[in-house]
Amino acid sequence: MSELLVANAVSKDFGDFRALNKVSIAVPKGSIFGLLGPNGAGKTTLIRIINQITMPDEGSVLLDGHPLKQEHIRDIGYLPEERGLYKSMRVGEQALYLAQLKGMSKSEAKNQLKYWFDKFEISDWWNKKIQELSKGQAQKIQFIVTVLHRPKLLIFDEPFSGFDPINANLIKDEILKLREEGATVIFSTHRMESVEELCDHIALIHKSNKVLDGNLIDIKRQFKSSTFEVGLQSNNSKVVIEEIKNKFDVLPATFKNVYDDVKLNVKITPETSPNDLLSFLTSKAEVHHFVEVIPSSNDIFIQTVKNN
Amino acid sequence: MNHLSLIIKREYFTKVKNKSFVIMTFLSPLIMIALISVVAYLAQLNTNKKRTISILDQSGLFTEVFENTDNTTYNYTNDATVEEAKAIVKEDEQYGLLYIGKGNLDTVGETVRFYSEDSPSLTVISSLENKIERKLRDLKLVANGLNAEEIKAAKANVSILQESFDGQKSSKIDNILKLAFGGIAGYLLFMFIIIYGNMIMRSVIEEKTSRIIEIIISSVKPIQLMMGKIIGTSLAGVTQFAIWIVLLAILSTVVSIVFGIDLTAAQGQQQELIQQAMDSSTMQNEISLAIQSFQNLPIANLIIAFLFFFIGGYLLYSSLYAAIGAAVDNETDTQQFMLPILMPLILAVYVGVFTVIEDPHGTVSTIFSFIPFTSPVVMLMRIPFGVPMWQQVVSLLLLVGTFTLTVWFAAKIYRVGILMYGKKPSYKSLMKWLKY
Repeated sequence: MSELLVANAVSKDFGDFRALNKVSIAVPKGSIFGLLGPNGAGKTTLIRIINQITMPDEGSVLLDGHPLKQEHIRDIGYLPEERGLYKSMRVGEQALYLAQLKGMSKSEAKNQLKYWFDKFEISDWWNKKIQELSKGQAQKIQFIVTVLHRPKLLIFDEPFSGFDPINANLIKDEILKLREEGATVIFSTHRMESVEELCDHIALIHKSNKVLDGNLIDIKRQFKSSTFEVGLQSNNSKVVIEEIKNKFDVLPATFKNVYDDVKLNVKITPETSPNDLLSFLTSKAEVHHFVEVIPSSNDIFIQTVKNN
Repeated sequence: MNHLSLIIKREYFTKVKNKSFVIMTFLSPLIMIALISVVAYLAQLNTNKKRTISILDQSGLFTEVFENTDNTTYNYTNDATVEEAKAIVKEDEQYGLLYIGKGNLDTVGETVRFYSEDSPSLTVISSLENKIERKLRDLKLVANGLNAEEIKAAKANVSILQESFDGQKSSKIDNILKLAFGGIAGYLLFMFIIIYGNMIMRSVIEEKTSRIIEIIISSVKPIQLMMGKIIGTSLAGVTQFAIWIVLLAILSTVVSIVFGIDLTAAQGQQQELIQQAMDSSTMQNEISLAIQSFQNLPIANLIIAFLFFFIGGYLLYSSLYAAIGAAVDNETDTQQFMLPILMPLILAVYVGVFTVIEDPHGTVSTIFSFIPFTSPVVMLMRIPFGVPMWQQVVSLLLLVGTFTLTVWFAAKIYRVGILMYGKKPSYKSLMKWLKY
């Protein structure tokens, strides 16, 4: 069993509105799984179903091969996008309460909290009220509370919003560390650079349907268009450009290069090898820049959403 | 459930440790006692005030009618004219002038006037009227040939002793006692629902606005959270009520001992009237009867019924409060939903006050003691008067049935509502939520 979480054709209706339409995902164990989609696509609904906050109308969700049950609550840590804490409750008291709701014993929770508070150097916050903390500080507490019970599955909905770059980095490192320790992470976000950085797998949900999923590298392979950025130096660039244009599809280029005599995006047919292009180019001019254009997650996201 | 007890504990302790809650707990009895003391003090001042009333009796029929009392001095000014007498009364700052004109037994009554600077108190006037009427009646009887002995002998006092078919004796005081029991129980429930129902509602809204709700319900079921909130808040309420009662008892004793203010003097004037109406010997009789009837009250039934109806009624309403809290984003949006909750509650109290007192087993009271939304209050008021067991049981079953239904209904709204933000919900959308 290599999948920690499997959703099979999950559907959910809110009155006449279908929030999820037969969405299936499979989250491999130990992966960081990016759940992507525009606003209102149905990501949060799916996450809530995984958390047993709402029940699916159709389909099933399996965790570690078993249908979701009340006991699974302690195996999941969830950081919702709309987050908050009891404002007038003290930090320590509150963290203990939330940990106990997740099924930890009081002493166990205390030990774990001490570990995290020491790690983040916030031990002196224990007796502060949440309303005395800044937003970013409260977010830290929220993060600790989410991961405290060492769940198998961590679900983060926009985890970096509200953090400054330093703390965002700190959180990112912690997420990676938790993955190393065996946790599986579902990661829902709009910020494609963090997807690029963190995710191994993604699923894209658009208008209640899953439109794309799989290993990020596979998807990129699937989306790449065999286009190469080409930067050349030549004394008679016009002739060179003409010769390239005669042989290949050429698109305008925007990349930055120190030599801009010839700057092109060249697309080759599937039968052509990049080596053919390269040897053609070296025969014509001095090659300074030769890079395959790999679609970013952002490009894939926008392209997929537009096409649907 | 472990989760439930955790939630109850948290709800309880956050309520109890809350500053304004603590302040209210200790300040309310103080304020209440202070207010009652002031009213009692003023009332005492009022009744203790010495007043002088001048009497100008031109008929000469009422020479010995007005006897001085502790508070009132009567001053006969029989030789003066009305104008002179008025001037004297005004100058001496007396309470007023009672003028009785010339006339025979039939006509003199119409000549009586009372002149005063400010309008006189009702008790003074009615006591004067009483005295004149009594004297006139006696004089008329004498004119008809009776002597004073015969008149005195003709006076009779009747106090009807009531007895039910199974031999339970009761009296007027007994009825008052029952009313007090029922009234206090019903009113207590009413207050409890309003105060702590609102508290539950606010705490649901707080969870929504602070956005912690989603974290909580990823750990517990919404219905657990809702029930935990209701129970936790109620326990805090019971604590507060208990402290209030103890404090009130202590404070009122302290105040009446230290300051010598009789707190019952707040109702001093009514007491005076009651005392006037009742002969002292029958009074004593009634008191002993009252003690006896207190022992005859269905105490066990009262306590058990109180517990069941109190809990049932409270849960019924508080689950609705919780549902409202879940449906809205902020307190101002609650208004449109509050009315349907308050209406039956207020109706219940009105029915209790106006019909149960008049006729505890009449059609109206009986019907309303079966309708679940009014039954807790009305039934609690009826029970001291003896309600057949089958009625209590049926009413309670109806209440439990409705309560189960409203909790289910509230839980549905709660489950959907706590995750809904932004839109102010209408009744239509609430009905839609039930199907989610």
